[in-house]
Amino acid sequence: MDFDFLTYLFFGGLTRGSIYALIALGYTMVYGIVELINFAHGEIYMIGAFTGLIISSVLTMLGLPILAIVVLSALTAIIYSCAYGYTMEKIAYKPLRDSNAPRLSALISAIGMSLFLQNYVLLAQTSDFLPFPNFIPDFEFWEPYAHILTSPELVILITTVIVMICLTILIKFTKIGKAMRATSQDKVMAVLMGVNINRVISITFIVGSATAAIGGILIACHIGQINFYMGFTAGIKAFVAAVLGGIGSIPGAVLGSFVLGLTESFFAGYFSSDYEDVFAFLFLVLILIFRPSGILGRAETKKV
Amino acid sequence: MLKLKNIQTFYGNIQVLKDINMEVKQGEIITLIGANGAGKSTILMTISGIVPPRKGDILFQGNPIQNINPDKIVALGISQVPEGRRIFPYLTVMENLDMGTFLRNDVFEIKKDMDYVFQLFPILSERRNQPGGTLSGGEQQMLAISRAIMARPKLLLLDEPSLGLAPIITTQIFNIIKKINRENNTTIFLVEQNASLALKVADRGYVMETGEIIMTDTGDNLFNNKDVKKAYLGI
Repeated sequence: MDFDFLTYLFFGGLTRGSIYALIALGYTMVYGIVELINFAHGEIYMIGAFTGLIISSVLTMLGLPILAIVVLSALTAIIYSCAYGYTMEKIAYKPLRDSNAPRLSALISAIGMSLFLQNYVLLAQTSDFLPFPNFIPDFEFWEPYAHILTSPELVILITTVIVMICLTILIKFTKIGKAMRATSQDKVMAVLMGVNINRVISITFIVGSATAAIGGILIACHIGQINFYMGFTAGIKAFVAAVLGGIGSIPGAVLGSFVLGLTESFFAGYFSSDYEDVFAFLFLVLILIFRPSGILGRAETKKV
Repeated sequence: MLKLKNIQTFYGNIQVLKDINMEVKQGEIITLIGANGAGKSTILMTISGIVPPRKGDILFQGNPIQNINPDKIVALGISQVPEGRRIFPYLTVMENLDMGTFLRNDVFEIKKDMDYVFQLFPILSERRNQPGGTLSGGEQQMLAISRAIMARPKLLLLDEPSLGLAPIITTQIFNIIKKINRENNTTIFLVEQNASLALKVADRGYVMETGEIIMTDTGDNLFNNKDVKKAYLGI
C-alpha cells in the first residue's frame, strides 16, 4: 500500500464527491426552502447529460472548433435543465403547495415526475448506453501527476470549486440569496418583508438544476457513456450525501458528498469494489445513529 | 388611511372574524385590545394578506387590497411586526435589517435609515454581526421593530410588542414607538394585551371580544371606562 495508491484513491474519492456535491446541492437547497425531497432531481442531471450529448453531436457535425462545442453544448445543457427544473416545479409541486396538500402528496408527485422523465427519455431517445465524446483532453503540463489524478478528474475538481464559490457568493451576499435563507428560516416572515416566495422557489429550482446539469456533463465526459437510468443511482447517492451532511444545509451537502465519495473510494480500493455501496450505506446508518440530523444539520428544536 | 369594512375571516370552517369594521387615520396611533383568542392577531394577518378575508373590503389609501398578494401589500407601505417577533435566527442582526429593505433600492437612504435605527437602539449596533437568534427577548423585539421600519412603512402593524418582556424594557419600547410615530409620521396600529400601557399611548382604541369589535373610543375614554377597567385593566 504505497503512498501513490493512497493519493490516487483520495483524489478519486474527491472527484466522486464533487459530482455527488453538484447534485446534492439541488436536493438540499430545495429541501431548505420548501421541505420537499425532489426525487426527480437526479433526472435533471440525466437530462443535462443527454442535452449535452445531442447538442455536441450536432455541433460536431457542423464542424465547429472543440472549444466552441464544449462551451455551447454545456451552456445549452444548463439552460435546458434549468427550464426543466423550473417547469417541473410549476407542474408537479406548485399546484400541490397552493392547495395546501400534505407533504406526502408532494413526495409522491416527485416520484411520479422522476419515473415520467426517465421513461420519457427512454422512449424519446434509447434504452442503450450512448457513447459520450471525451471533451477533456489530457493536458501535457499535468502529465507528471496523471497517475494519481487524471486530467478529467482535475477539471471536475476545479469546476466544482468554482461552482461552490459562485454559489457561496450568491447565497451569502446577494439580495436573492438573503431572501432564500430568510425563506428557509421563516416563510411567513419572509413574505411580510415583501419577498415573493414563488419567485424564490423558482430560482432555487433553477440554481439546483444548473449545478446538476454541470455535474451531468462532467460525469458523462469522465465516464464516456450515458443512459436514461444514470440519474437514478446518482440521485440516490447524492440524496444520501445530503442527508449525511444534514439536509437543508449547503455546506453540509458538500461535506456529506465528500465524505461519501472518499468512503466509497477507499473501501473500493482497499477491500472490495463489489461491496462499496453496501459499505457506503452502512456508514450512513452509523453516522445517523450518532448524529441523527446529519453532520452539520441543525437539531430540530421544538418549543413546548 | 386604512379602512376595514365588514371583514369576515375564516380558518378552514371556523369563523374567526365576524363583521369587523375599523378605521385608522393618517398619523395616529390606534390600539386594539382584547383577551386571548379574540382574533386580534388575525386582524393584522388579514390586513397583511397572509390570511385573506372571505368577505368584506380592506381599503388602503382608498384602494382595495384584500385580493392582493402579501408581498405586494408590503410594497404599498404596510409592514408588520408579528407576534413572537419572528427574527430570522440564523441571519445576523445586519442581515435581518437588510431583509427589511428587501423592496428598496435607494442605497443612500437605506444607509440613513440604518443609522437612524442604530441611534434608536444602540445595542443593535453593538450586536450587528451576531446571529439574530442569540439576542435576548428585548433585543429581538428592538430588532423586529427596526427591521419593520427599515421598509419605511406608511402604516406599521405591531402585534404585542410587550409580550414576554421585562416592564422596564416594555416602557422603553413604547417610548420608541411614540417617537417613531412623531418623527416619521408613521401611522401605528398596535395590538396589545397590556391594555393600560397601550391605551395610554394610543389616540384611539378598539376593544375586541370573540371576533367582534365591541367598543371604540379615544384612548383616554377607554382607559376610564368602567367595563374596560374591570375586564382588561384589572382595577
